[in-house]
Amino acid sequence: MISTVLDSLSWLLLLSGCACLLISAIGLLRMPDLFTRMHAAGIGDTLGAILVLAGLMLQAGLSITLVKLVLILFFLLFTSPTACHALARAALAGGQKPLLAENLNTENPISESSPTEQPLP
Amino acid sequence: MNRLVHGTSLALTLAVIWYLLSGHTEALLLGLGCGSAATITWLALRMDLIDHEGHPLHLTFRAPLFWVWLMWEIIKANGQVIKIILDPKLPINPRRFRVPASQKTDIGKVIYANSITLTPGTICLDVTESDLDIHALTADGELGLKSGEMDRLVTRLEGDS
Amino acid sequence: MMFEVAAVALFPAMFLALARAIAGPTVYDRVLAVNTFGTFTVLMIAVLGFMTDQKDFIDIALAYALINFIGTIAVLKFFAVGDFGYQQESKK
Repeated sequence: MISTVLDSLSWLLLLSGCACLLISAIGLLRMPDLFTRMHAAGIGDTLGAILVLAGLMLQAGLSITLVKLVLILFFLLFTSPTACHALARAALAGGQKPLLAENLNTENPISESSPTEQPLP
Repeated sequence: MNRLVHGTSLALTLAVIWYLLSGHTEALLLGLGCGSAATITWLALRMDLIDHEGHPLHLTFRAPLFWVWLMWEIIKANGQVIKIILDPKLPINPRRFRVPASQKTDIGKVIYANSITLTPGTICLDVTESDLDIHALTADGELGLKSGEMDRLVTRLEGDS
Repeated sequence: MMFEVAAVALFPAMFLALARAIAGPTVYDRVLAVNTFGTFTVLMIAVLGFMTDQKDFIDIALAYALINFIGTIAVLKFFAVGDFGYQQESKK
């Protein structure tokens, strides 16, 4: 009985986690510039990882594997904002300008404008 | 005195992590674990890396409650960003603005900035003495941060220390 | 069964992240895409470990999570400073 509940709960968590990762990857492709893409990548790094690892934790039971999964989740949650911040700082220092709402032409939806080609620094 | 407390806690944490990752209880492996934990602690003491920032002990008991709140915020913000990505029109409204940071210590500001970055839809671009440079995906994200709830909670987490 | 489905669902996500890494256009987009790809890989390795019932895979995932972070920071440092050391500062 309890194992059935745990199984279905972990199915749910794993599937919604994978859906989050897929959506985050789609957002990575759809977003128009670097800084908005970082928001999309954030979904996979936070909710996607949390849900997938939580689904695996339910399957692991009370064992050393559970502890390792918790450690992976901790590392991911501690390192991903740091990496994100470092990337934003490096991009700003490298002369990237974030695309802001006031610069957007509201008559043309943003999804139709192609990302501006910029040369490698 | 402070160095002693933080060094001891670092050595204990390292030993516990060694044990949890290896899962062995043979005398040889436990001995090697204690040896490496002691070596790392000695190196960190020599490099003068041990202080309240490297290993914030004073936050140990208040942090879990904050994490629960932050987790709920992350789930809410994720829902909003997922809706935006799946919308065929992609209704984004990116903006850059500054919010004040009322934390007194560096570590409080780092926790605030990382919490902002961890919630999708808002990214911390830069940290200065008194405020943070934020990039937000929507107007909702800007309003949520400007209400200052997260700022207050991080300041409370930071405490008087 | 459950893990097979999760692994199959992870593949297109990794593929899309890789597509962004190839498309660019700037080097920062590529770094971001590779970092995301690394996170997906960590989760993929963990799922594969459960799928094949080899729990050692979890250790590999743990190591990969750390290397992914350090690699991202190293590449960013390299592009920001042009060097892994501090040569740039002495040139100023």
